[in-house]
Amino acid sequence: MKTKIETATAPGRPKTLRRLYILTFIVLAFTGFGQMPIFKRYGLSSIPGLGWSANYYATHYIHYLGAIFLIALMAYTAADFFASRRKYFRLTKAGVLQIALLSAVVATGVFRVLKNLPDVVFSPGFTMFIDLSHLAFMMLYFLAALFLLITGRKWLSPIQR
Amino acid sequence: MEKGISRRSFLKSGLAAAGAAAASTVALPESVKGAKETELATLIDIRKCIGCEACVEACRDVNAGKYPVPSKPYPKMYPSSVKVSDWSGKKDVTDRLTPYNWVFIQHAQVVLKGKKEELTFPRRCMHCQNPPCADLCPWGAARKLDNGISVIHPDICLGGSKCKDVCPWKIPQRQTGVGLYLKILPSLGGNGVMYKCDRCYERVAKGELPACIEVCPEKVQKIGPREEILKEAKEIAREIGGYIYGADENGGTNTIYVSPVPFEELNKAIEKGDGKPHFKKVADSMAHVDNLAKAMVIAPFAGLAAAALKMVSFASKEKEGGK
Repeated sequence: MKTKIETATAPGRPKTLRRLYILTFIVLAFTGFGQMPIFKRYGLSSIPGLGWSANYYATHYIHYLGAIFLIALMAYTAADFFASRRKYFRLTKAGVLQIALLSAVVATGVFRVLKNLPDVVFSPGFTMFIDLSHLAFMMLYFLAALFLLITGRKWLSPIQR
Repeated sequence: MEKGISRRSFLKSGLAAAGAAAASTVALPESVKGAKETELATLIDIRKCIGCEACVEACRDVNAGKYPVPSKPYPKMYPSSVKVSDWSGKKDVTDRLTPYNWVFIQHAQVVLKGKKEELTFPRRCMHCQNPPCADLCPWGAARKLDNGISVIHPDICLGGSKCKDVCPWKIPQRQTGVGLYLKILPSLGGNGVMYKCDRCYERVAKGELPACIEVCPEKVQKIGPREEILKEAKEIAREIGGYIYGADENGGTNTIYVSPVPFEELNKAIEKGDGKPHFKKVADSMAHVDNLAKAMVIAPFAGLAAAALKMVSFASKEKEGGK
């Protein structure tokens, strides 16, 4: 049963945030895959309007912009939850799992950004670990999101009063 | 001690590699020994090069063991538009960069002091200070060493050629039929291994000179801490009214050329194309994303500030509603 609890003092589910997350995730996933030399090989960049996707500098730049937005969004969502939604919603196990996976994606991404800075040199093994784990956590996040979507599980569950 | 290499920098950079250097036939300049925290740069004085290709031959001799030995027949590639890059039948090519030729001599007909002259100079990887090949390699196969040398690990590289696409000079060259991709999805992903000058990094680690520098009869090249190499390049340029390339190109490279003629003229005079790099001005490829990386530090605070603003707005609305 759906519980509509949005009143003047009780906020509803953060639908706008959810949409922003999905949009950011799509942009990051697309530009992230674009870091691998596959868009040109498989003709994606030949599709009218997608020529830019074969430009590694363009996809890299957009990926960074998306990452900045994602980090800001995560900070906003966390603060928003603790300040105004915690009284009305609790995090589900599915939510905790997704937050953990997303945090792992961000953490490995931060290391990748550090590695790209001038004068920061990681060992080849660690660089490879960071690259592969960033990809693996993103794939896990995507699969978990798909599973939650199919099973109808949500991040937040209303607290019955 | 070589000109431009100070005793102070020698003492500063330490003696860690001295033992290894002692075992080598021709050692690195004193100041380079153990200079692990200093990026090494090479100075190429174009005036001195006679185009004898001794550097090319020495490079090929010393690095022959690293050259690709492809397995044939090559896997069928999907989609079929993906072309193989096969240089295994053209190993003798020395007039451009190939997987089997990591340095070549470029020629330029120029007018110098009113006279037509032919200048020659070695071309190879510039070893950028912030190399896009290493930064953007999706597998970490291309990387920059502490001493400023950029290398491509042949056991990790999948040959996607991204390093070449992002290199301002398109230096790395691919050989199909070799490397890790053969063990993963040879038809669907990867296409060999990328090869380029690694500035004889194993020799440098042992305190020896890169082969091209060691063998040059005219001492066209020298290697040392970047600051000192750049200082010396500027001194030469001042003395001869010459020009420098590499000080700022792509944010600064660890290969510095000094020329008696402007590099714009050299660039016009040289043959350019695949495996034949240009001498154009190059902006810092990674500058934009490096600035964005700094912005990432601010991102969580921006998110928190936005949430705080929302809370203040929400509280004031609630207060108004309560009145």
